[in-house]
Amino acid sequence: MSSDRWVLRGGRVVDPSQDLDGFFDLLVEDGCVSKIEESLSAPEGCEVFDATGLVICPGLVDMHVHFREPGQEYKESIETGSRAAAAGGFTAVACMANTDPVNDKRSVTAHIVAEAERFGYARVHPIGAVSKGMAGEELAEIGEMVRAGAVAVSDDGLPVKNAELMRRALLYARHFDIPVIQHAEDLDLTGTGVMHEGEVSTRLGLPGIPGSSEDVVVARDLILTEDSGGRYHVAHLSTARSLDMVRQAKAKGMAVTCEVTPHHLLLTDETIAEMEFSSDTKMKPPLRSESDRQALLAGLVDGTIDAIASDHAPHHPDEKAVEFSCSPFGILGLETTLSLCLDRLVRSGTLTLTRLVELLSTGPARILGLEAGSLAVGRPADITVFDSERRVVIDKDHFQSKSRNTPFEGWKLQGGSVVTFVGGRKVSL
Amino acid sequence: MSWARKDLLGIAELSPEEIGLILDTAESFREVAERPIKKVPTLRGRTVINLFFEASTRTRSSFEIAEKRLSADSMNFSASSSALVKGESLIDTAMNLQAMSPDLIVIRHGFPGAPHLLARHLPAGIINAGDGAHEHPTQALLDAATIRRHKGKIEGLKVSIIGDIEHSRVVRSNIHLLTKMGAEVTVAGPYTLMPPGIEALGARVSYSLDEALDGADVVMMLRIQLERQGRMRVPSVKEYFKLFGLQAQHLARANKDVIVMHPGPMNRGVEISSEVADGPYSVILEQVENGVAVRMAVLYLLSGAQGESR
Repeated sequence: MSSDRWVLRGGRVVDPSQDLDGFFDLLVEDGCVSKIEESLSAPEGCEVFDATGLVICPGLVDMHVHFREPGQEYKESIETGSRAAAAGGFTAVACMANTDPVNDKRSVTAHIVAEAERFGYARVHPIGAVSKGMAGEELAEIGEMVRAGAVAVSDDGLPVKNAELMRRALLYARHFDIPVIQHAEDLDLTGTGVMHEGEVSTRLGLPGIPGSSEDVVVARDLILTEDSGGRYHVAHLSTARSLDMVRQAKAKGMAVTCEVTPHHLLLTDETIAEMEFSSDTKMKPPLRSESDRQALLAGLVDGTIDAIASDHAPHHPDEKAVEFSCSPFGILGLETTLSLCLDRLVRSGTLTLTRLVELLSTGPARILGLEAGSLAVGRPADITVFDSERRVVIDKDHFQSKSRNTPFEGWKLQGGSVVTFVGGRKVSL
Repeated sequence: MSWARKDLLGIAELSPEEIGLILDTAESFREVAERPIKKVPTLRGRTVINLFFEASTRTRSSFEIAEKRLSADSMNFSASSSALVKGESLIDTAMNLQAMSPDLIVIRHGFPGAPHLLARHLPAGIINAGDGAHEHPTQALLDAATIRRHKGKIEGLKVSIIGDIEHSRVVRSNIHLLTKMGAEVTVAGPYTLMPPGIEALGARVSYSLDEALDGADVVMMLRIQLERQGRMRVPSVKEYFKLFGLQAQHLARANKDVIVMHPGPMNRGVEISSEVADGPYSVILEQVENGVAVRMAVLYLLSGAQGESR
């Protein structure tokens, strides 16, 4: 058992919540940050973590993961999913409701919370379903789920198709000050599509999913959000046009936020051709065009995008070892996100380290109303320590996750997680 | 030159020289069909599996005849296209077949990339006989062989491909091949069956039958399958025929020595009138004839027998 008192010494502390970027020592006591000073001597009985050459930041939060429990533990479980989170530098995740049974009631929410606490690798915040059984007809018992620990609602995996249901969900969620998270997709426009519709889908002969499939739902929902005064969050936003609409909504002062995934920031539909129809390039929303990707990068820089979330979606290798068209949608993300972002977004000069920490910690914590995302004195000591110099080769055979579906296998990156602290305890795997 | 690839998955990755090699080799196999005993010992002792996950009469018989004329031992395997329905995955099916040590596997599959999946997993050479709407390389090669025999060349010709462009693998392989060989390709069809960005493959796009026929040296008509695409694309066969069905009077716009092609199976009175299909400009049956020689060439080159004596 690790000590509950720590001094983290000699590290570069990057904390956008306090506008902090400099060399400080951290004292952690009783599960909370108790001091941040330029030089701290360790009190008696206190363990010291030497963070020389490392970066210390508020614990990373992945606000969009699928842990498959209950019901599909052969893909992932709360235990293995939270181990994957810890390995990837995350101290908290929010897990989507499309389990079996669906997380649409207090008992399922409570099970998830209890399981996660039993292991303690990372905090697991359940996201409840918008509708009962995610059937898109009646509101789920949102208040009951919130009392059991739900931090948001979403039918993710499926869109909320019915406009009246969406309107009512936005209104009802106001009671609890939680966002309604939408998987924005018009299933009629998606049809039989399996990849982004454009030049590449035409060349490969794969049925396309047009960008408009996302855009028409975002457009409708923004109108409903404006009228309802609710909080709306776009999950895995992937198109330039949806991003523009979110930008305009924010300018109007609406309570609208959005997240993007590392794969939509780093890969395009061309990757499917380069990887010769590999099912590890198949997910929803699909990898979009280069111009969409460029727009997303601009949205990271100008602040339109509030969070980077992985949409960690484990699938068993047998399910993915099939024809592209037959494979389920989704890829892993927890164990690749930090290294990808450090190397391809910060090292490349697109983002500052502070902005990255904002996108991976402070931003998502704020959206979900978590106590995380800050190392201010008195806050829970959820801390990520990473090394932005360490050389990393993505190797799926060493993942903590039960699944292996990543398109980033073999990528050589610079930067990666060293250790996490959750509630002042050092997490060991 | 000599052939270096293990598989023939598509035309997109081939060089003009490789295409030329296949066409020249096919030319030398043509005479086998004219012999009283239509058989050469070239692939004696080699095993070829025809793995068809989609109904096909023309392509499968053409490959089978090509294999038999080359004295290969061939075997047919038909199955349903969907891994979900079938219960056995494509890779498992293929691994079972691989255990019988075939030299080549010819695969037709409803989903793009299925031949690529096999090519990654199996040591046998893989020949794509059509994968969804992606590619159908031997069809494009036999089309090219037919055009070359009639026109003496491909470079500089105006080729128009008309019909359901979106769902056609034939059109994609043909655009790749014909543009690599220097032809000018136009694709034409209804707005609702035109895939976005097809220009990026090197084709000009038209939405008018008359415009597409203007000055054409070669006209290829494509099958339209309303049962598959549904009525959201084209309201009826009758209306389609009025917009894009090829009739004799249309051909006045084309070059006077135009040839009319169709990869089959043909819907008379839907995309082409019988008058044109059976008329003087039609080379449709020659395409079928050339198919055998082209497939003999492909089987021969991929078998690695080229390095040995023939």
